[in-house]
Amino acid sequence: MKAFEYAAPRTLNEAVSLLAGAGPAARPLAGGTDLLPQMRYRRIQPPLVVDVKGVPELRRLEYAGDGLHIGAAVPLSDIASHPDVLRLYPVIAASCGLVGSVQIRNRGTLGGNLCNAVPSADTVPGLMCLGARAVLAGPSGRREVAVEEVCIGPGETVLGTGEMLVEVVVSPPPQGSAASYLRFTPRQEMDIAVAGVASLLTVDGQGLISRARVALAAVAPTPLRARRAEEVLEGQRLTEELIGRAAGEAAGECRPISDVRGSADYRRHLVAVLARRTLKANMQALGMAL
Amino acid sequence: MKQVVTLTVNGENCQALAEPRHTLLELLRDGLGLTGTKEGCGDGNCGACTVLLDGRPVNSCLVLALEAQGREVVTVEGLARNGALHPLQQALIDHGAIQCGFCTPGLVMAAYALLRDNPHPAEPEVRMAIAGNLCRCTGYDKVVRAIMAVG
Repeated sequence: MKAFEYAAPRTLNEAVSLLAGAGPAARPLAGGTDLLPQMRYRRIQPPLVVDVKGVPELRRLEYAGDGLHIGAAVPLSDIASHPDVLRLYPVIAASCGLVGSVQIRNRGTLGGNLCNAVPSADTVPGLMCLGARAVLAGPSGRREVAVEEVCIGPGETVLGTGEMLVEVVVSPPPQGSAASYLRFTPRQEMDIAVAGVASLLTVDGQGLISRARVALAAVAPTPLRARRAEEVLEGQRLTEELIGRAAGEAAGECRPISDVRGSADYRRHLVAVLARRTLKANMQALGMAL
Repeated sequence: MKQVVTLTVNGENCQALAEPRHTLLELLRDGLGLTGTKEGCGDGNCGACTVLLDGRPVNSCLVLALEAQGREVVTVEGLARNGALHPLQQALIDHGAIQCGFCTPGLVMAAYALLRDNPHPAEPEVRMAIAGNLCRCTGYDKVVRAIMAVG
């Protein structure tokens, strides 16, 4: 690796001013599982690396009254095994448990998975379905951005110079809702999604879908909401036919490329299959028969 | 510029000099002479450099040396007791689970952490626990059987 300066601040203010002072090429370091390979292969050469793991706000993992707080530097393995996450947000626990290997999950973070902004980020579609918010801190203060608005292109985010992710906040899950994420990979572990689909359904007392969310991974320049699929579902009673129509809409909405992992056509096909399966998994979790 | 890193390795307090661009793997091998830990891919795919950092298996090629300040590291050299191999190491030998041996130190550390947390793992649990450890000789079946024989 090319030489760089290293700092390990203990407060958020210190971390932000270090990053802001070193210019746009400086990088925060959390788990390092994406950052260090990029530096090793000289795709980026930051003059300063700011290890943010010593900042207490970034290590917070807690279910409080206003929802779940996931600090930007919390390792994926902590999230995947946290009792409140497993109980209330199984889609987050499951998707955090899919990333990389045991070794990667013991270092890599949900914050890094989001801010690295790859289209195949496994943890992001589930967060999008849950309406999660990203809390950012920068030289001009704090702001909140919907997780679905953080990524703007492959490797590109809305974060400005000196700005960093503090935490992801997820509201308490609505009553009568279930969410799940499924991806397709040739290997079960240590692989990158060819396509991934998360969905969330909230069902009211009459058995009608009051809220539907569908979000896709690895089939567009960023993780993507499938809004037409959501519209097809909302206000309806879930049937096999409706699931099929929603899955077809999701496949039509994605904008995949052909690459070494799969062709665009294959990815569209996978989106339809995975969308059907996640919607059915949600119905099962809600104890409803088709 | 080099800085002093103070850490615990295999139960002993150690000091080594490292630059920010050095990894924990380089500190262990070049700074402390603990060459049991291997560098395979150097980017977190192969698991050959697996060590325990504060008890958890990590790829030491993806940890900066300076991040190890004040932390506790266990390498493959830390498992034998009084000259006797750890039962897991002996099981790998007994099951013929070592061919070229390059992946073995990393596999041992990943499996050690698994058995510590889950003393009697089912086969799928073993396979998932070592999914981040590539064996170029593809001796996985013997490795899995060896780990299960200890559990």
